[in-house]
Amino acid sequence: MARKLPPVDAVLVGFGWTGAIMAQELTEAGLNVLALERGAWADTSREFATTFAQDELRYYWRHDLFQAAAHDTQTIRNDASQVALPMRKLGSYLPGTNVGGAGVHWNGQTWRFLPTDFVARSHNVQRYGAAAIPDTMTIQDWGITYDELEPHYDLFERVCGISGKAGNLRGDIQAGGNPFEGPRQNEYPNPPMAMTLPPTLFAEAAKGLGFHPFPQPSANMSRAYVNPYGVRLEACTYCGFCEKFACGNYSKASAQTTILPVLMKKSNFRLRTECEVTKVNLDSSGKRAVSVTYVDASGEEYEQPAELVVLCSYILNNVRLMLLSGIGAPYDPQTGQGVIGKSYAYQITSSVNLFFDDKILNPFIGAGAHGMLVDEWNGDNFDHSGLGFIGGGYLGVVQTGARPIETHPVPEGTPKWGSAFKKAIAANYLRTMSVVTHGAVMSHRGNYLDLDPTYRDVYGRPLLRMTFDFTDNEHRMSDYLTDRAIDIARAMKPRELAVHRRKGSWDVVPYQTTHNTGGAIMGSDPGTSAVNKYLQSWDVSNVFVMGASAFPQNPGYNPTGTVAALAYHAAAAITQRWLKAPGALV
Amino acid sequence: MDEPRLSRRRLLTAGAVIGAVPVATAAAAAALGGRDEPFREGQANAPTTVENTQGWTWFSEAEAAFVSAAVGRLIPADDLGPGAVEAGVPVFIDRQLAGPYGRGERWYMQGPWGPGVATQGWQTRLTPAGMYRAAIKSIDAVVAHEGKAATFARLAAADQDAFLKALESGDAKLDGVDAKAFFAQLLQNTLEGFWSDPIYGGNRDMAGWKLIGFPGARYDHSEFVAKHGEKYPLPPVGIRGRVEWTRS
Repeated sequence: MARKLPPVDAVLVGFGWTGAIMAQELTEAGLNVLALERGAWADTSREFATTFAQDELRYYWRHDLFQAAAHDTQTIRNDASQVALPMRKLGSYLPGTNVGGAGVHWNGQTWRFLPTDFVARSHNVQRYGAAAIPDTMTIQDWGITYDELEPHYDLFERVCGISGKAGNLRGDIQAGGNPFEGPRQNEYPNPPMAMTLPPTLFAEAAKGLGFHPFPQPSANMSRAYVNPYGVRLEACTYCGFCEKFACGNYSKASAQTTILPVLMKKSNFRLRTECEVTKVNLDSSGKRAVSVTYVDASGEEYEQPAELVVLCSYILNNVRLMLLSGIGAPYDPQTGQGVIGKSYAYQITSSVNLFFDDKILNPFIGAGAHGMLVDEWNGDNFDHSGLGFIGGGYLGVVQTGARPIETHPVPEGTPKWGSAFKKAIAANYLRTMSVVTHGAVMSHRGNYLDLDPTYRDVYGRPLLRMTFDFTDNEHRMSDYLTDRAIDIARAMKPRELAVHRRKGSWDVVPYQTTHNTGGAIMGSDPGTSAVNKYLQSWDVSNVFVMGASAFPQNPGYNPTGTVAALAYHAAAAITQRWLKAPGALV
Repeated sequence: MDEPRLSRRRLLTAGAVIGAVPVATAAAAAALGGRDEPFREGQANAPTTVENTQGWTWFSEAEAAFVSAAVGRLIPADDLGPGAVEAGVPVFIDRQLAGPYGRGERWYMQGPWGPGVATQGWQTRLTPAGMYRAAIKSIDAVVAHEGKAATFARLAAADQDAFLKALESGDAKLDGVDAKAFFAQLLQNTLEGFWSDPIYGGNRDMAGWKLIGFPGARYDHSEFVAKHGEKYPLPPVGIRGRVEWTRS
């Protein structure tokens, strides 16, 4: 029997990026806020100090910063004809664990989505006709516009100290930035990062072909910076242990390096770690949440009453918690009815390796978002007529650091082991670089999340079941992007290329991206979306659901910038409107 | 219609109440924030290192003989420098299999078990350590049955290579173990042992890093970012420093 605790104003389920943002905003408004985090406390000096943070085996291959599948995983299958089996060890995506969540081991690639991304269905129908969207493609407009989100993107960029170059300042196109981006009210708070040779070569080649290369917006600091909360971040040292690692240098924006030093001092904020929420409890009407049930590290069960419940954990856990708690109608892929679990999407990537004889490229120098890119083929930045797909992605050279267990590219035809392999890697390691493509995944009727009928977690609750595959739209789009990458790669005059297209079905084994999206999508119609533009549940108005679960489909950019902007937008609505009149905001 | 439920009184008092919850001591003890800031000086969650590289912790002598022979073919010693054996890869794998990784502690290991399709990934109920044990026993039995040598380790190098290729392609059939899956595991662990930090028992004298020019666990390249095309001048360092400082 759960022990009932004294009530709080707001309880946050999960304590990564969105938990920290929401806690900061709600405590500023005077609420008593309790965050429940199933992982442990983690801070820079103790968990990932510079004296041992640069450990490829421990952090990447032994998953020290990632969720343990033993505790909770997903079952996976490519389509409903298969029996879903558990992802027994992590591969394709790497959800985080502990305080800070996946925001501890992210790269820091911090994007805004395009204005047209937010109106993907209506825009594409208007430009290409209704026939351009297949019946099985369930893309929707977001119910929010770029202009509404712009101030919140701006705030997050200032909180993080994003390094970059504006391409569109209040409608004026800026040389050296991304000319395709939506209008920004402010320049980035910090200048672009210094570039190593590979991104520089890419930018020269792309420019020579008439394209518009620009520095990747980066949460790795190009210089020391003090954010609006008064928290100081330090200049990045380009150590090359960013992606899949934590920063020991206070140089990568995370909850730890931007918000927690201020938040943790507040008397109206409390954090309980190693406390896992197992259910959101509703009143008898099913329209109001009254409490959450959680289990602490010793196995004790508690009921924590709260006026406001904000789900801030990773998208897969948010969606599962909604299904387990009866918040919203589960999606039925047969009828297309229901919303929870609908429109799960992902990201599609490919790469082209370039091998040089005459250049030393030092691929180990890098940072998570240290790159030069082009955006000519993202979103609807180009005419899709006759191409047979919608959407797109960015491409370019992002030198994140070639840790050798993970990154040891060799020319095509080289054996994977033996003397020939050894010779090839010794000859090529310092002389290799990669052009990557990072593409959108549209939502489709058969790609969804629900509860698995067979497999259970450590508490005996059903695992989340993921039914997902790439469709023709994704493959055509990714091939198109890859061809463009090859064109620019050839202009860099390498000795040879090795092209790695994304072929066939989605495969859980190789790492791709931790950009899982959808399942509790936002929109303007309660019949087709789970949350409104404020990420408020249509069904239970004191439950808000943060995260990329709100994306109705996944655009061609990394998600964190938009996840954070949506969280700030939701927090503003809660503090300015919901507190005065709790109830449906739309 | 919801009623406003947040009162100023609660906003002013709830914090104090949480701080002194008598009925829930375990939860109260775990609460962080306010006066109970969790930042602590002088603590570090340092890595678990391999201190003794002599002998075997997990492998039997027969298993050690197989692994030493096999990884010596996957990354052989040659005129470019030391191979996997010289770099301590067998010790690395032995210590990894003896620990949480070998036991598959982080992996979801509940049934039911099914073969699935390739895109569903690892579906064997064997832990990594269990897979090595079963595979090596079966491989040596197959080799003995074929009659060229008593064990894999005693085969000529060319025959070892041929056998490894048969494992890699899945043409070799093993008892209770998927040959392809075992080969992928062995190759992955070999690369790990060759290129991970020396604190884990492999990459001895940073031989793996020196082979390719990786400078190791250095943490500040800011002076070198803009030095385009120049060869990086400094020798590799590990978490414990340079080879010269740590060699016993």
